[in-house]
Amino acid sequence: MGSFDLGVGMAFWLMNASALLCVIYGVIYWNKDKQEKPINMAKWNKDEDKINEEL
Amino acid sequence: MTFFENGIIILYLASLGYLGFLGYKQTKNSADYLLAGRDTHPFIMAMSYGATFISTAAIVGFGGVAAWLGNAILWLTFANIFIGIFIAFVVFGNPTRKMGLRLNAHTFPEFLGKRYQSKFIQMSGGVLILLFMPLYTSAVLIGGTQFVATYFGVNYHIALLVFSIIITGYVLAGGLKGVMFTDALQGVIMFVAMFILLVMTFDALGGVESAFAKFTTVWEHTVAPLANVPMKELKPGSADFMMKLSMNWGFQGWDKMPQFLSEGWLFIVTTITMGVGLGVLAQPQLVVRFMTVKSKNELNRGVVIGGIFIFVVMGSAYLVGALSNVWYYEFNEGKNALQSAGGIEKVIPHFINSALPRWFSFIFLFALISAAMSTLSSQFHTMGTAFGRDFFEQLSSKKFNSLHVTRFGVVVMILISVYLAYQFDNQPAVIARSTAVFFALCASIFLPAYAGGLFWKRMTKKGVIASMAVGAFVSTFWLLFVHFQEAKVLGLCQLIFGTNSLLSGKIIFVDSLVIALPLSALTAIVVSLLTKPDDQAHIDKCFND
Repeated sequence: MGSFDLGVGMAFWLMNASALLCVIYGVIYWNKDKQEKPINMAKWNKDEDKINEEL
Repeated sequence: MTFFENGIIILYLASLGYLGFLGYKQTKNSADYLLAGRDTHPFIMAMSYGATFISTAAIVGFGGVAAWLGNAILWLTFANIFIGIFIAFVVFGNPTRKMGLRLNAHTFPEFLGKRYQSKFIQMSGGVLILLFMPLYTSAVLIGGTQFVATYFGVNYHIALLVFSIIITGYVLAGGLKGVMFTDALQGVIMFVAMFILLVMTFDALGGVESAFAKFTTVWEHTVAPLANVPMKELKPGSADFMMKLSMNWGFQGWDKMPQFLSEGWLFIVTTITMGVGLGVLAQPQLVVRFMTVKSKNELNRGVVIGGIFIFVVMGSAYLVGALSNVWYYEFNEGKNALQSAGGIEKVIPHFINSALPRWFSFIFLFALISAAMSTLSSQFHTMGTAFGRDFFEQLSSKKFNSLHVTRFGVVVMILISVYLAYQFDNQPAVIARSTAVFFALCASIFLPAYAGGLFWKRMTKKGVIASMAVGAFVSTFWLLFVHFQEAKVLGLCQLIFGTNSLLSGKIIFVDSLVIALPLSALTAIVVSLLTKPDDQAHIDKCFND
Protein backbone atom coordinates (compact mmCIF):
# COMPACT_ATOMS: atom_id res chain seq x y z
CA MET A 1 0.00 0.00 0.00
CA GLY A 2 3.09 2.16 -0.14
CA SER A 3 2.04 3.69 -3.44
CA PHE A 4 -1.32 4.97 -2.13
CA ASP A 5 -1.53 8.70 -1.53
CA LEU A 6 -3.03 10.08 1.69
CA GLY A 7 -6.66 10.09 0.47
CA VAL A 8 -6.67 6.55 -0.93
CA GLY A 9 -4.53 5.28 1.95
CA MET A 10 -7.07 6.70 4.42
CA ALA A 11 -9.94 5.03 2.55
CA PHE A 12 -8.06 1.72 2.55
CA TRP A 13 -7.25 1.77 6.27
CA LEU A 14 -10.67 3.13 7.28
CA MET A 15 -12.26 0.30 5.31
CA ASN A 16 -10.19 -2.20 7.27
CA ALA A 17 -10.76 -0.39 10.56
CA SER A 18 -14.53 -0.23 10.08
CA ALA A 19 -14.67 -3.97 9.35
CA LEU A 20 -12.64 -4.58 12.51
CA LEU A 21 -14.98 -2.27 14.44
CA CYS A 22 -17.96 -4.37 13.32
CA VAL A 23 -16.25 -7.55 14.48
CA ILE A 24 -15.16 -6.15 17.86
CA TYR A 25 -18.55 -4.54 18.55
CA GLY A 26 -20.44 -7.67 17.58
CA VAL A 27 -18.25 -9.94 19.68
CA ILE A 28 -18.46 -7.69 22.77
CA TYR A 29 -22.24 -7.31 22.52
CA TRP A 30 -22.90 -10.84 21.17
CA ASN A 31 -25.14 -11.76 24.07
CA LYS A 32 -25.39 -8.57 26.14
CA ASP A 33 -29.11 -7.80 25.88
CA LYS A 34 -30.75 -10.49 27.90
CA GLN A 35 -33.01 -8.01 29.65
CA GLU A 36 -35.32 -7.64 26.64
CA LYS A 37 -38.91 -7.62 27.87
CA PRO A 38 -40.84 -10.58 26.48
CA ILE A 39 -44.19 -8.78 26.83
CA ASN A 40 -43.71 -7.05 23.52
CA MET A 41 -43.75 -10.26 21.53
CA ALA A 42 -46.60 -11.69 23.59
CA LYS A 43 -48.75 -8.63 22.95
CA TRP A 44 -47.79 -8.50 19.32
CA ASN A 45 -48.58 -12.19 18.81
CA LYS A 46 -51.96 -11.65 20.46
CA ASP A 47 -52.78 -8.76 18.15
CA GLU A 48 -51.64 -10.77 15.17
CA ASP A 49 -53.81 -13.77 16.12
CA LYS A 50 -56.79 -11.48 16.57
CA ILE A 51 -56.32 -9.96 13.12
CA ASN A 52 -55.96 -13.37 11.52
CA GLU A 53 -59.06 -14.66 13.31
CA GLU A 54 -61.07 -11.68 12.09
CA LEU A 55 -59.97 -12.36 8.55
CA MET B 1 -21.23 -27.48 -20.93
CA THR B 2 -19.85 -30.38 -18.92
CA PHE B 3 -21.80 -32.95 -16.94
CA PHE B 4 -20.36 -31.46 -13.74
CA GLU B 5 -21.53 -27.94 -14.67
CA ASN B 6 -25.01 -29.16 -15.50
CA GLY B 7 -25.11 -30.96 -12.16
CA ILE B 8 -24.15 -27.79 -10.29
CA ILE B 9 -26.87 -25.78 -12.05
CA ILE B 10 -29.50 -28.38 -11.15
CA LEU B 11 -28.26 -28.49 -7.54
CA TYR B 12 -28.44 -24.69 -7.31
CA LEU B 13 -31.98 -24.53 -8.68
CA ALA B 14 -33.06 -27.43 -6.46
CA SER B 15 -31.63 -25.63 -3.40
CA LEU B 16 -33.56 -22.48 -4.27
CA GLY B 17 -36.70 -24.55 -4.74
CA TYR B 18 -36.21 -26.28 -1.41
CA LEU B 19 -35.58 -23.01 0.47
CA GLY B 20 -38.62 -21.43 -1.17
CA PHE B 21 -40.67 -24.45 -0.11
CA LEU B 22 -39.27 -24.19 3.43
CA GLY B 23 -40.40 -20.56 3.51
CA TYR B 24 -43.83 -21.61 2.23
CA LYS B 25 -44.20 -24.31 4.89
CA GLN B 26 -43.27 -21.89 7.66
CA THR B 27 -45.57 -19.11 6.43
CA LYS B 28 -48.83 -19.29 8.36
CA ASN B 29 -49.97 -15.67 8.51
CA SER B 30 -49.35 -12.18 7.20
CA ALA B 31 -46.61 -11.52 9.77
CA ASP B 32 -44.70 -14.55 8.48
CA TYR B 33 -45.16 -13.42 4.90
CA LEU B 34 -44.30 -9.77 5.54
CA LEU B 35 -41.74 -9.99 8.37
CA ALA B 36 -40.54 -13.61 8.39
CA GLY B 37 -42.30 -14.13 11.73
CA ARG B 38 -39.95 -11.71 13.54
CA ASP B 39 -37.69 -14.52 14.73
CA THR B 40 -35.07 -14.79 12.00
CA HIS B 41 -31.62 -16.17 12.81
CA PRO B 42 -28.94 -13.41 12.85
CA PHE B 43 -26.85 -15.17 10.21
CA ILE B 44 -29.80 -15.31 7.81
CA MET B 45 -30.82 -11.73 8.56
CA ALA B 46 -27.30 -10.30 8.09
CA MET B 47 -26.55 -12.33 4.95
CA SER B 48 -29.93 -11.39 3.51
CA TYR B 49 -29.27 -7.71 4.29
CA GLY B 50 -25.84 -7.89 2.63
CA ALA B 51 -26.97 -9.89 -0.39
CA THR B 52 -29.93 -7.54 -0.95
CA PHE B 53 -27.59 -4.56 -0.59
CA ILE B 54 -25.21 -5.84 -3.30
CA SER B 55 -26.56 -6.46 -6.78
CA THR B 56 -24.78 -7.54 -9.95
CA ALA B 57 -24.45 -3.86 -10.82
CA ALA B 58 -22.49 -3.25 -7.62
CA ILE B 59 -19.95 -5.94 -8.52
CA VAL B 60 -19.73 -5.56 -12.30
CA GLY B 61 -20.67 -1.85 -12.53
CA PHE B 62 -18.67 -0.45 -9.63
CA GLY B 63 -15.86 -2.98 -10.22
CA GLY B 64 -15.60 -1.49 -13.71
CA VAL B 65 -15.66 2.03 -12.27
CA ALA B 66 -12.74 1.01 -10.03
CA ALA B 67 -10.83 -0.14 -13.14
CA TRP B 68 -11.52 3.28 -14.66
CA LEU B 69 -11.11 5.64 -11.71
CA GLY B 70 -9.00 3.58 -9.32
CA ASN B 71 -8.89 2.93 -5.62
CA ALA B 72 -10.47 6.27 -4.64
CA ILE B 73 -13.68 4.25 -4.83
CA LEU B 74 -12.57 2.46 -1.64
CA TRP B 75 -14.26 5.37 0.15
CA LEU B 76 -17.52 3.74 -0.89
CA THR B 77 -16.49 0.42 0.69
CA PHE B 78 -15.69 2.32 3.88
CA ALA B 79 -19.11 4.04 3.73
CA ASN B 80 -20.84 0.74 2.97
CA ILE B 81 -19.32 -0.91 6.03
CA PHE B 82 -19.37 2.01 8.46
CA ILE B 83 -22.71 3.60 7.51
CA GLY B 84 -24.45 0.73 5.73
CA ILE B 85 -23.67 -1.84 8.40
CA PHE B 86 -22.31 -0.35 11.62
CA ILE B 87 -24.46 2.81 11.86
CA ALA B 88 -27.48 1.06 10.33
CA PHE B 89 -27.42 -1.91 12.70
CA VAL B 90 -26.10 -0.26 15.87
CA VAL B 91 -27.85 3.12 15.73
CA PHE B 92 -30.98 2.51 13.65
CA GLY B 93 -31.51 -1.25 13.98
CA ASN B 94 -32.81 -1.77 17.49
CA PRO B 95 -34.97 1.39 17.74
CA THR B 96 -36.57 0.37 14.43
CA ARG B 97 -37.19 -3.16 15.64
CA LYS B 98 -38.71 -2.02 18.95
CA MET B 99 -40.85 0.74 17.53
CA GLY B 100 -42.04 -1.52 14.72
CA LEU B 101 -43.14 -4.04 17.33
CA ARG B 102 -44.88 -1.44 19.52
CA LEU B 103 -46.78 -0.06 16.54
CA ASN B 104 -47.37 -3.45 14.90
CA ALA B 105 -45.84 -2.19 11.64
CA HIS B 106 -45.14 -4.71 8.89
CA THR B 107 -43.57 -2.56 6.16
CA PHE B 108 -41.40 0.54 6.04
CA PRO B 109 -44.18 2.87 4.79
CA GLU B 110 -46.51 1.40 7.42
CA PHE B 111 -43.84 2.07 10.05
CA LEU B 112 -43.70 5.76 9.06
CA GLY B 113 -47.49 5.96 8.73
CA LYS B 114 -48.10 4.53 12.20
CA ARG B 115 -45.32 6.56 13.82
CA TYR B 116 -46.92 9.78 12.54
CA GLN B 117 -50.53 8.52 12.59
CA SER B 118 -50.95 9.30 8.92
CA LYS B 119 -52.42 7.14 6.18
CA PHE B 120 -51.21 9.79 3.75
CA ILE B 121 -47.57 9.21 4.76
CA GLN B 122 -47.97 5.44 4.48
CA MET B 123 -49.60 5.69 1.06
CA SER B 124 -47.06 8.26 -0.19
CA GLY B 125 -44.25 5.92 0.84
CA GLY B 126 -45.98 3.06 -0.94
CA VAL B 127 -46.59 5.13 -4.07
CA LEU B 128 -42.96 6.28 -4.17
CA ILE B 129 -41.82 2.67 -4.01
CA LEU B 130 -44.30 1.69 -6.71
CA LEU B 131 -43.21 4.56 -8.97
CA PHE B 132 -39.45 4.26 -8.76
CA MET B 133 -38.56 0.77 -7.60
CA PRO B 134 -39.81 -1.00 -10.77
CA LEU B 135 -37.23 0.93 -12.82
CA TYR B 136 -34.49 0.11 -10.32
CA THR B 137 -35.66 -3.52 -10.33
CA SER B 138 -35.70 -3.74 -14.10
CA ALA B 139 -32.13 -2.37 -14.13
CA VAL B 140 -31.04 -5.28 -11.91
CA LEU B 141 -33.16 -7.68 -13.97
CA ILE B 142 -31.60 -6.53 -17.25
CA GLY B 143 -28.07 -6.79 -15.80
CA GLY B 144 -28.61 -10.31 -14.46
CA THR B 145 -30.41 -11.54 -17.58
CA GLN B 146 -27.82 -10.15 -19.99
CA PHE B 147 -25.09 -11.97 -18.10
CA VAL B 148 -27.02 -15.26 -18.11
CA ALA B 149 -27.94 -14.89 -21.81
CA THR B 150 -24.32 -14.16 -22.81
CA TYR B 151 -22.81 -16.95 -20.73
CA PHE B 152 -25.24 -19.66 -21.82
CA GLY B 153 -25.66 -18.31 -25.35
CA VAL B 154 -29.45 -18.14 -25.10
CA ASN B 155 -31.96 -15.58 -26.29
CA TYR B 156 -32.29 -12.57 -23.95
CA HIS B 157 -36.09 -12.76 -23.80
CA ILE B 158 -36.10 -16.46 -22.98
CA ALA B 159 -33.45 -15.94 -20.30
CA LEU B 160 -35.53 -13.09 -18.85
CA LEU B 161 -38.64 -15.24 -18.74
CA VAL B 162 -36.91 -18.20 -17.05
CA PHE B 163 -35.03 -15.96 -14.61
CA SER B 164 -38.26 -14.14 -13.61
CA ILE B 165 -40.29 -17.34 -13.22
CA ILE B 166 -37.72 -18.87 -10.83
CA ILE B 167 -37.66 -15.77 -8.60
CA THR B 168 -41.44 -15.38 -8.75
CA GLY B 169 -41.82 -18.96 -7.52
CA TYR B 170 -40.02 -18.56 -4.25
CA VAL B 171 -41.07 -14.97 -3.52
CA LEU B 172 -44.72 -15.76 -4.10
CA ALA B 173 -44.74 -18.99 -2.14
CA GLY B 174 -42.29 -18.30 0.66
CA GLY B 175 -42.80 -14.57 1.27
CA LEU B 176 -40.03 -12.88 3.27
CA LYS B 177 -38.98 -16.21 4.79
CA GLY B 178 -38.41 -17.67 1.33
CA VAL B 179 -36.62 -14.49 0.25
CA MET B 180 -34.32 -14.42 3.28
CA PHE B 181 -33.48 -18.14 3.20
CA THR B 182 -32.49 -17.97 -0.47
CA ASP B 183 -30.66 -14.66 0.11
CA ALA B 184 -28.53 -16.35 2.78
CA LEU B 185 -27.51 -19.16 0.40
CA GLN B 186 -26.81 -16.68 -2.37
CA GLY B 187 -24.84 -14.47 0.04
CA VAL B 188 -22.58 -17.42 0.94
CA ILE B 189 -21.92 -18.10 -2.75
CA MET B 190 -21.08 -14.42 -3.35
CA PHE B 191 -18.77 -14.34 -0.32
CA VAL B 192 -16.83 -17.45 -1.33
CA ALA B 193 -16.49 -16.40 -4.97
CA MET B 194 -15.32 -12.87 -4.18
CA PHE B 195 -12.83 -14.10 -1.60
CA ILE B 196 -11.33 -16.57 -4.09
CA LEU B 197 -11.26 -13.83 -6.73
CA LEU B 198 -9.22 -11.51 -4.50
CA VAL B 199 -6.75 -14.22 -3.44
CA MET B 200 -6.22 -15.42 -7.03
CA THR B 201 -5.73 -11.87 -8.30
CA PHE B 202 -3.08 -11.07 -5.70
CA ASP B 203 -1.44 -14.41 -6.40
CA ALA B 204 -1.31 -13.71 -10.14
CA LEU B 205 0.29 -10.33 -9.48
CA GLY B 206 2.99 -11.58 -7.12
CA GLY B 207 1.45 -10.62 -3.77
CA VAL B 208 -0.29 -7.63 -2.19
CA GLU B 209 2.61 -5.13 -1.99
CA SER B 210 3.95 -6.08 -5.39
CA ALA B 211 0.51 -5.66 -7.03
CA PHE B 212 -0.17 -2.22 -5.56
CA ALA B 213 3.36 -1.01 -6.30
CA LYS B 214 2.80 -1.37 -10.07
CA PHE B 215 -0.08 1.13 -10.37
CA THR B 216 2.22 4.10 -11.04
CA THR B 217 4.12 2.30 -13.82
CA VAL B 218 0.94 1.24 -15.59
CA TRP B 219 -0.55 4.75 -15.36
CA GLU B 220 2.64 6.36 -16.67
CA HIS B 221 2.80 4.01 -19.65
CA THR B 222 -0.87 3.78 -20.64
CA VAL B 223 -2.61 6.95 -19.45
CA ALA B 224 -0.06 9.73 -18.86
CA PRO B 225 0.85 9.94 -22.62
CA LEU B 226 -2.76 11.04 -23.24
CA ALA B 227 -2.09 14.31 -21.41
CA ASN B 228 -1.06 16.07 -24.64
CA VAL B 229 -3.76 14.51 -26.84
CA PRO B 230 -6.81 16.76 -27.43
CA MET B 231 -10.17 15.17 -26.53
CA LYS B 232 -11.55 15.78 -30.03
CA GLU B 233 -8.92 13.44 -31.47
CA LEU B 234 -10.24 10.56 -29.38
CA LYS B 235 -13.28 8.48 -30.27
CA PRO B 236 -16.10 9.25 -27.78
CA GLY B 237 -16.65 6.30 -25.44
CA SER B 238 -13.35 4.63 -26.34
CA ALA B 239 -10.94 3.46 -23.64
CA ASP B 240 -8.50 6.32 -24.25
CA PHE B 241 -11.37 8.82 -24.33
CA MET B 242 -12.58 7.64 -20.93
CA MET B 243 -9.08 7.73 -19.43
CA LYS B 244 -8.47 11.20 -20.84
CA LEU B 245 -11.83 12.26 -19.40
CA SER B 246 -10.74 10.98 -15.98
CA MET B 247 -7.56 13.08 -16.26
CA ASN B 248 -9.62 16.13 -17.15
CA TRP B 249 -11.75 15.45 -14.10
CA GLY B 250 -8.66 15.60 -11.88
CA PHE B 251 -7.70 11.92 -11.55
CA GLN B 252 -3.95 11.38 -11.22
CA GLY B 253 -3.57 7.60 -10.95
CA TRP B 254 -5.32 4.45 -9.74
CA ASP B 255 -3.66 4.77 -6.34
CA LYS B 256 -4.36 8.47 -5.85
CA MET B 257 -7.35 10.66 -4.98
CA PRO B 258 -8.46 13.11 -7.66
CA GLN B 259 -7.45 16.75 -7.07
CA PHE B 260 -9.35 18.34 -4.20
CA LEU B 261 -12.73 19.77 -5.29
CA SER B 262 -12.14 18.77 -8.93
CA GLU B 263 -15.02 17.25 -10.89
CA GLY B 264 -13.65 13.79 -10.15
CA TRP B 265 -13.34 14.52 -6.43
CA LEU B 266 -16.96 15.76 -6.30
CA PHE B 267 -18.10 12.68 -8.22
CA ILE B 268 -16.28 10.26 -5.89
CA VAL B 269 -17.22 12.05 -2.66
CA THR B 270 -20.78 13.24 -3.32
CA THR B 271 -22.26 10.87 -5.91
CA ILE B 272 -20.49 7.60 -5.16
CA THR B 273 -19.60 7.78 -1.47
CA MET B 274 -22.40 9.94 -0.05
CA GLY B 275 -25.11 9.18 -2.62
CA VAL B 276 -24.81 5.43 -2.35
CA GLY B 277 -23.29 5.24 1.14
CA LEU B 278 -25.91 7.41 2.86
CA GLY B 279 -28.76 6.44 0.58
CA VAL B 280 -28.68 2.91 1.93
CA LEU B 281 -29.92 4.01 5.37
CA ALA B 282 -33.45 4.64 4.15
CA GLN B 283 -33.90 1.80 1.67
CA PRO B 284 -37.31 0.22 2.44
CA GLN B 285 -36.20 -3.32 1.55
CA LEU B 286 -33.25 -3.05 3.98
CA VAL B 287 -34.96 -1.24 6.87
CA VAL B 288 -37.61 -3.96 7.07
CA ARG B 289 -34.84 -6.51 7.84
CA PHE B 290 -34.40 -4.96 11.31
CA MET B 291 -37.99 -5.87 12.13
CA THR B 292 -37.43 -9.55 11.33
CA VAL B 293 -35.38 -10.39 14.44
CA LYS B 294 -36.60 -10.94 17.97
CA SER B 295 -33.97 -9.08 20.05
CA LYS B 296 -31.03 -6.71 19.98
CA ASN B 297 -28.65 -9.66 20.34
CA GLU B 298 -29.49 -10.78 16.82
CA LEU B 299 -28.65 -7.32 15.50
CA ASN B 300 -25.36 -7.25 17.42
CA ARG B 301 -24.39 -10.60 15.93
CA GLY B 302 -25.53 -9.38 12.54
CA VAL B 303 -22.99 -6.52 12.74
CA VAL B 304 -20.13 -9.05 12.70
CA ILE B 305 -21.55 -11.10 9.84
CA GLY B 306 -22.69 -8.11 7.76
CA GLY B 307 -19.42 -6.20 8.31
CA ILE B 308 -17.25 -9.12 7.17
CA PHE B 309 -19.57 -9.84 4.24
CA ILE B 310 -19.49 -6.29 2.84
CA PHE B 311 -15.74 -6.00 3.54
CA VAL B 312 -14.96 -9.12 1.49
CA VAL B 313 -17.53 -8.76 -1.29
CA MET B 314 -17.27 -5.03 -1.98
CA GLY B 315 -13.60 -4.71 -1.03
CA SER B 316 -12.73 -7.53 -3.45
CA ALA B 317 -14.81 -6.10 -6.31
CA TYR B 318 -13.19 -2.67 -6.06
CA LEU B 319 -9.62 -3.82 -5.40
CA VAL B 320 -9.75 -6.38 -8.20
CA GLY B 321 -11.32 -3.81 -10.55
CA ALA B 322 -8.41 -1.42 -10.02
CA LEU B 323 -5.79 -4.20 -10.01
CA SER B 324 -7.04 -5.58 -13.33
CA ASN B 325 -5.10 -2.68 -14.91
CA VAL B 326 -1.87 -4.16 -13.57
CA TRP B 327 -2.75 -7.68 -14.74
CA TYR B 328 -3.63 -6.54 -18.25
CA TYR B 329 -0.48 -4.42 -18.44
CA GLU B 330 1.67 -7.41 -17.55
CA PHE B 331 -0.16 -10.08 -19.52
CA ASN B 332 -1.87 -8.24 -22.39
CA GLU B 333 0.78 -6.34 -24.33
CA GLY B 334 1.11 -3.41 -21.96
CA LYS B 335 -2.52 -2.31 -22.14
CA ASN B 336 -4.70 -1.09 -19.27
CA ALA B 337 -8.08 -2.62 -18.31
CA LEU B 338 -10.33 -0.37 -20.42
CA GLN B 339 -8.10 -0.76 -23.47
CA SER B 340 -8.23 -4.56 -23.07
CA ALA B 341 -11.89 -5.05 -22.19
CA GLY B 342 -13.35 -2.27 -24.34
CA GLY B 343 -15.68 -0.67 -21.79
CA ILE B 344 -16.24 -0.01 -18.10
CA GLU B 345 -18.95 -2.67 -17.60
CA LYS B 346 -16.98 -5.24 -19.59
CA VAL B 347 -13.87 -5.16 -17.40
CA ILE B 348 -14.89 -7.60 -14.62
CA PRO B 349 -16.44 -10.31 -16.88
CA HIS B 350 -13.53 -9.95 -19.35
CA PHE B 351 -10.98 -10.16 -16.54
CA ILE B 352 -12.62 -13.28 -15.09
CA ASN B 353 -12.55 -15.00 -18.47
CA SER B 354 -9.02 -13.89 -19.37
CA ALA B 355 -7.11 -14.07 -16.11
CA LEU B 356 -8.73 -16.88 -14.16
CA PRO B 357 -9.30 -20.58 -14.84
CA ARG B 358 -12.52 -21.86 -16.43
CA TRP B 359 -13.74 -23.51 -13.23
CA PHE B 360 -13.62 -20.16 -11.47
CA SER B 361 -15.58 -18.42 -14.26
CA PHE B 362 -18.33 -20.90 -13.56
CA ILE B 363 -18.31 -20.19 -9.82
CA PHE B 364 -18.24 -16.47 -10.51
CA LEU B 365 -21.26 -16.84 -12.78
CA PHE B 366 -23.17 -18.16 -9.80
CA ALA B 367 -21.97 -15.28 -7.66
CA LEU B 368 -23.34 -12.79 -10.18
CA ILE B 369 -26.61 -14.66 -10.64
CA SER B 370 -26.93 -14.86 -6.86
CA ALA B 371 -26.24 -11.14 -6.49
CA ALA B 372 -28.97 -10.35 -9.01
CA MET B 373 -31.51 -12.82 -7.63
CA SER B 374 -31.06 -11.82 -3.99
CA THR B 375 -31.59 -8.14 -4.79
CA LEU B 376 -34.50 -8.87 -7.12
CA SER B 377 -36.38 -11.13 -4.74
CA SER B 378 -36.26 -8.46 -2.02
CA GLN B 379 -37.34 -5.78 -4.45
CA PHE B 380 -40.26 -7.88 -5.67
CA HIS B 381 -41.31 -8.54 -2.09
CA THR B 382 -41.02 -4.86 -1.09
CA MET B 383 -42.98 -3.70 -4.12
CA GLY B 384 -45.63 -6.35 -3.48
CA THR B 385 -46.07 -5.22 0.13
CA ALA B 386 -46.13 -1.57 -0.99
CA PHE B 387 -48.89 -2.39 -3.46
CA GLY B 388 -50.91 -4.66 -1.19
CA ARG B 389 -50.38 -3.47 2.34
CA ASP B 390 -49.49 0.21 1.92
CA PHE B 391 -51.57 1.21 -1.06
CA PHE B 392 -54.42 -1.16 -1.86
CA GLU B 393 -55.47 -1.93 1.73
CA GLN B 394 -55.26 1.73 2.77
CA LEU B 395 -57.27 2.86 -0.21
CA SER B 396 -59.97 0.27 0.19
CA SER B 397 -62.75 0.58 2.77
CA LYS B 398 -63.13 -3.22 2.88
CA LYS B 399 -60.84 -5.47 4.92
CA PHE B 400 -58.78 -7.97 2.97
CA ASN B 401 -56.45 -10.79 3.91
CA SER B 402 -53.01 -9.13 3.81
CA LEU B 403 -51.38 -12.33 2.69
CA HIS B 404 -53.55 -12.65 -0.41
CA VAL B 405 -53.41 -8.97 -1.27
CA THR B 406 -49.62 -8.91 -0.92
CA ARG B 407 -49.22 -12.01 -3.09
CA PHE B 408 -51.42 -10.35 -5.70
CA GLY B 409 -49.24 -7.22 -5.40
CA VAL B 410 -46.07 -9.28 -5.89
CA VAL B 411 -47.46 -10.75 -9.12
CA VAL B 412 -48.55 -7.35 -10.44
CA MET B 413 -45.17 -5.73 -9.68
CA ILE B 414 -43.18 -8.62 -11.15
CA LEU B 415 -45.20 -8.34 -14.36
CA ILE B 416 -44.54 -4.59 -14.52
CA SER B 417 -40.80 -5.04 -13.87
CA VAL B 418 -40.47 -7.79 -16.47
CA TYR B 419 -42.38 -5.68 -18.98
CA LEU B 420 -39.97 -2.78 -18.34
CA ALA B 421 -36.99 -5.14 -18.70
CA TYR B 422 -38.38 -6.21 -22.10
CA GLN B 423 -38.96 -2.63 -23.17
CA PHE B 424 -35.71 -1.06 -21.98
CA ASP B 425 -33.13 -3.74 -22.69
CA ASN B 426 -31.67 -1.60 -25.48
CA GLN B 427 -31.57 1.59 -23.45
CA PRO B 428 -29.34 0.68 -20.52
CA ALA B 429 -28.26 4.28 -19.86
CA VAL B 430 -31.77 5.44 -18.91
CA ILE B 431 -32.49 2.40 -16.83
CA ALA B 432 -29.07 2.33 -15.16
CA ARG B 433 -29.59 5.87 -13.85
CA SER B 434 -32.82 4.75 -12.19
CA THR B 435 -30.77 3.05 -9.48
CA ALA B 436 -29.09 6.33 -8.57
CA VAL B 437 -32.45 8.11 -8.82
CA PHE B 438 -34.05 5.65 -6.41
CA PHE B 439 -31.19 5.91 -3.90
CA ALA B 440 -31.26 9.71 -4.02
CA LEU B 441 -35.03 9.90 -3.64
CA CYS B 442 -35.13 7.40 -0.78
CA ALA B 443 -32.53 9.30 1.21
CA SER B 444 -33.96 12.76 0.60
CA ILE B 445 -37.58 11.80 1.15
CA PHE B 446 -37.44 9.08 3.81
CA LEU B 447 -34.28 9.65 5.86
CA PRO B 448 -35.36 12.76 7.84
CA ALA B 449 -38.78 11.19 8.50
CA TYR B 450 -37.23 7.88 9.53
CA ALA B 451 -34.41 9.26 11.69
CA GLY B 452 -36.67 11.90 13.25
CA GLY B 453 -39.32 9.30 13.94
CA LEU B 454 -36.84 7.16 15.83
CA PHE B 455 -34.89 9.77 17.75
CA TRP B 456 -36.89 13.01 18.02
CA LYS B 457 -40.20 12.96 19.85
CA ARG B 458 -40.97 16.51 18.76
CA MET B 459 -41.10 15.59 15.06
CA THR B 460 -44.66 16.15 13.83
CA LYS B 461 -46.81 14.76 11.06
CA LYS B 462 -46.90 18.12 9.29
CA GLY B 463 -43.13 18.43 9.59
CA VAL B 464 -42.70 15.02 7.96
CA ILE B 465 -45.12 15.72 5.12
CA ALA B 466 -43.41 19.06 4.39
CA SER B 467 -39.99 17.39 4.56
CA MET B 468 -41.01 14.59 2.19
CA ALA B 469 -42.48 17.12 -0.26
CA VAL B 470 -39.32 19.27 -0.23
CA GLY B 471 -37.09 16.18 -0.54
CA ALA B 472 -39.11 14.89 -3.50
CA PHE B 473 -39.25 18.26 -5.25
CA VAL B 474 -35.59 19.24 -4.82
CA SER B 475 -34.29 15.75 -5.70
CA THR B 476 -36.44 15.52 -8.81
CA PHE B 477 -35.50 19.02 -9.93
CA TRP B 478 -31.78 18.40 -9.40
CA LEU B 479 -31.89 15.05 -11.18
CA LEU B 480 -33.90 16.33 -14.13
CA PHE B 481 -32.30 19.72 -14.64
CA VAL B 482 -28.86 19.90 -13.02
CA HIS B 483 -26.85 16.73 -12.26
CA PHE B 484 -24.56 15.93 -15.18
CA GLN B 485 -25.42 12.24 -15.45
CA GLU B 486 -29.19 12.03 -14.98
CA ALA B 487 -30.14 15.38 -16.55
CA LYS B 488 -28.35 14.46 -19.78
CA VAL B 489 -29.63 10.89 -19.97
CA LEU B 490 -33.23 11.68 -19.02
CA GLY B 491 -33.31 14.45 -21.62
CA LEU B 492 -36.14 16.62 -20.21
CA CYS B 493 -33.83 19.60 -19.67
CA GLN B 494 -32.62 19.36 -23.29
CA LEU B 495 -36.21 19.13 -24.49
CA ILE B 496 -37.45 22.19 -22.58
CA PHE B 497 -34.39 24.44 -22.36
CA GLY B 498 -32.15 23.13 -25.15
CA THR B 499 -29.27 22.37 -22.78
CA ASN B 500 -28.15 19.33 -20.79
CA SER B 501 -28.07 21.22 -17.49
CA LEU B 502 -29.45 24.53 -16.25
CA LEU B 503 -26.25 25.20 -14.32
CA SER B 504 -22.64 24.92 -15.39
CA GLY B 505 -19.25 24.32 -13.80
CA LYS B 506 -18.40 21.93 -10.99
CA ILE B 507 -21.79 22.28 -9.28
CA ILE B 508 -23.32 19.89 -11.84
CA PHE B 509 -21.10 17.12 -10.42
CA VAL B 510 -22.62 17.51 -6.95
CA ASP B 511 -25.11 14.74 -6.19
CA SER B 512 -28.77 15.60 -5.60
CA LEU B 513 -28.60 14.06 -2.13
CA VAL B 514 -26.07 16.69 -0.99
CA ILE B 515 -28.56 19.44 -1.90
CA ALA B 516 -31.91 17.76 -1.17
CA LEU B 517 -31.18 15.94 2.10
CA PRO B 518 -30.10 18.99 4.14
CA LEU B 519 -33.09 20.95 2.79
CA SER B 520 -35.60 18.21 3.61
CA ALA B 521 -34.04 17.72 7.08
CA LEU B 522 -34.14 21.47 7.75
CA THR B 523 -37.76 21.62 6.60
CA ALA B 524 -38.66 18.76 8.94
CA ILE B 525 -37.09 20.54 11.92
CA VAL B 526 -38.50 24.02 11.21
CA VAL B 527 -42.05 22.88 10.38
CA SER B 528 -42.13 20.51 13.36
CA LEU B 529 -41.09 23.29 15.73
CA LEU B 530 -43.71 25.62 14.25
CA THR B 531 -46.56 23.11 14.51
CA LYS B 532 -48.42 21.57 17.42
CA PRO B 533 -46.65 18.57 18.99
CA ASP B 534 -48.20 15.15 18.38
CA ASP B 535 -50.47 13.60 20.99
CA GLN B 536 -48.38 12.68 24.09
CA ALA B 537 -50.15 9.34 24.56
CA HIS B 538 -49.17 8.30 21.05
CA ILE B 539 -45.57 9.42 21.59
CA ASP B 540 -45.47 7.32 24.78
CA LYS B 541 -46.79 4.34 22.85
CA CYS B 542 -44.10 4.79 20.21
CA PHE B 543 -41.17 5.19 22.59
CA ASN B 544 -42.03 3.28 25.76
CA ASP B 545 -42.70 -0.40 26.43
